[in-house]
Amino acid sequence: MSATTSVLYDAPGPKARMRNIIYTVIFVLILAGVTFWVLYTLSTKAELAPSKWRPFATMDVWTTFLLPGLWQTLKAAAISLVIALPIGAILGLGRLSDHAWVRWPCAVIVEFFRAIPVLLLMVFAKALFVVADIGTAENRPLLAVVTGLVLYNGSVLAEVFRAGILSLPKGQTEASKAIGLRKGQLMRFILLPQAFALMLPAIVSQLVVIVKDTALGSQLTIAFPELLASARTITANYGNAVATYTVIALIYIVVDTILVLLANRSQRWMSRRGKGGGRGGQLATTGAMAETELGVPGVDDTMLDRKGGPSGRFTQLRWVLRHP
Amino acid sequence: MDFDFLSDPAYDIVGAFLVTIELTILSAIGSLIWGTLLAGMRVSPIPVMRWFGTLYVNIFRNAPLTVLIVATSVVLSDTLGIRLAARTSPSFLADNAFRLAVLGFIVYTSTFVCEAIRSGINTVPTGQAEAARAIGMTFSQNLRIVVMPQALRAVVAPLASVLIALTKNTTVAASIGVAEAALLMSTMVENESNALFSVFVVFAFGFIVLTLPIGLLLGVLAKKVAVKR
Repeated sequence: MSATTSVLYDAPGPKARMRNIIYTVIFVLILAGVTFWVLYTLSTKAELAPSKWRPFATMDVWTTFLLPGLWQTLKAAAISLVIALPIGAILGLGRLSDHAWVRWPCAVIVEFFRAIPVLLLMVFAKALFVVADIGTAENRPLLAVVTGLVLYNGSVLAEVFRAGILSLPKGQTEASKAIGLRKGQLMRFILLPQAFALMLPAIVSQLVVIVKDTALGSQLTIAFPELLASARTITANYGNAVATYTVIALIYIVVDTILVLLANRSQRWMSRRGKGGGRGGQLATTGAMAETELGVPGVDDTMLDRKGGPSGRFTQLRWVLRHP
Repeated sequence: MDFDFLSDPAYDIVGAFLVTIELTILSAIGSLIWGTLLAGMRVSPIPVMRWFGTLYVNIFRNAPLTVLIVATSVVLSDTLGIRLAARTSPSFLADNAFRLAVLGFIVYTSTFVCEAIRSGINTVPTGQAEAARAIGMTFSQNLRIVVMPQALRAVVAPLASVLIALTKNTTVAASIGVAEAALLMSTMVENESNALFSVFVVFAFGFIVLTLPIGLLLGVLAKKVAVKR
């Protein structure tokens, strides 16, 4: 966004340029002051000493602690997504059923697990597996983490499926009925394939949430040996808390940023598809999303640059799902 | 189901939920202020501020909250000696952990508040900002008097979902020993293993009671304040 394209301010004249320069200087001074203070504090505690950072330049720390931890993190996230997707599809379709006795239980399950913190689900699952003697001592932590993540994300994905199907133009359903498709056929051949393409960015974004939530697994009684858990062993070995937490946070940020970029790419791919059939426009006019309380219609996270792009409603769905 | 533990004085369930509420309210206020400032930076005419805002949001939104909260305790407090309570105070450990947790929640949640407000700004029709510029308003006047009041009214619903997420996220404070609901539940499932399901039901119910009214009340408010266009 260059200075001249924003609708919020004019191209600066001499006075505004002067003011902007003054603000820039003040802001840079504040930033420099904070940076200096941080570095000063770090150096007085000898946390910047090369000996504390050097371990991360050796293969040893990576192969012994970080990579196994990252592997557990990614494994738990992948398993959770693979199980949560079909559960989400079943619950989401269940909420759209014509039969009240299917609709209501699905709604209660979805709303219940969406309202409860994932950490509580994991702690409960762990305790339950211990008491009921499910799994072995080795795989119980993984089971507990996956159970917590599946219950929560299955419910969130159910809302994604529901919203995706509701956002399709009514004409699709009407045309299918007109040519005599049954309910199951309508869902399988017409609605689901279209909705799935629409939901792809939201699903990838949900994966970011899942990866971040795996970090809960190392807390309290869950004892899952994921990436954050390796921090404890590394700091115990090298006494370098600052370096360790910085590196671990960076690994998470890199993994999540890659997923965000994938989500953006799939969204662009989707909006290109939409252009041919004009579906993008129709998506924005359906009122379906409003009922799901997922957000405000027309919210678009590209802000200010109004170059079109994907329709507001779907961006909004994605935006909401980027939430913790 | 066996709910005997409710009358056991060893478990202060109401007290634990009060800590959860306290964490939520303080973090929410802090995140709202800092998030609004960040949003202002991200749309400002000053490039350095925009870069800072973008960098800040992209870093802290993509780092797991658990890492941030654990780091406030292990890195800030234990390693660097930055303590948020008086060392001599008898409740030093509890106060310090509580304030560190609030700091961690603000750092994390403000990024979502910032993005919500930024997208709220986008719901304000271009004509509003153009008209403000046409009558000679500066960027900050434009933002303060014309755009923000309309944007904030549009983001009540997204902010409600941020607040609900924050309420649930406060459980992460248990990992640095803040005596809130999740920490108590973790103790109770260990000690009351014969009443596992009832313990879970009580705590689940507690969170439903906390989050449901937020969604309903703010949903009504969102409809009420929405700018009719």
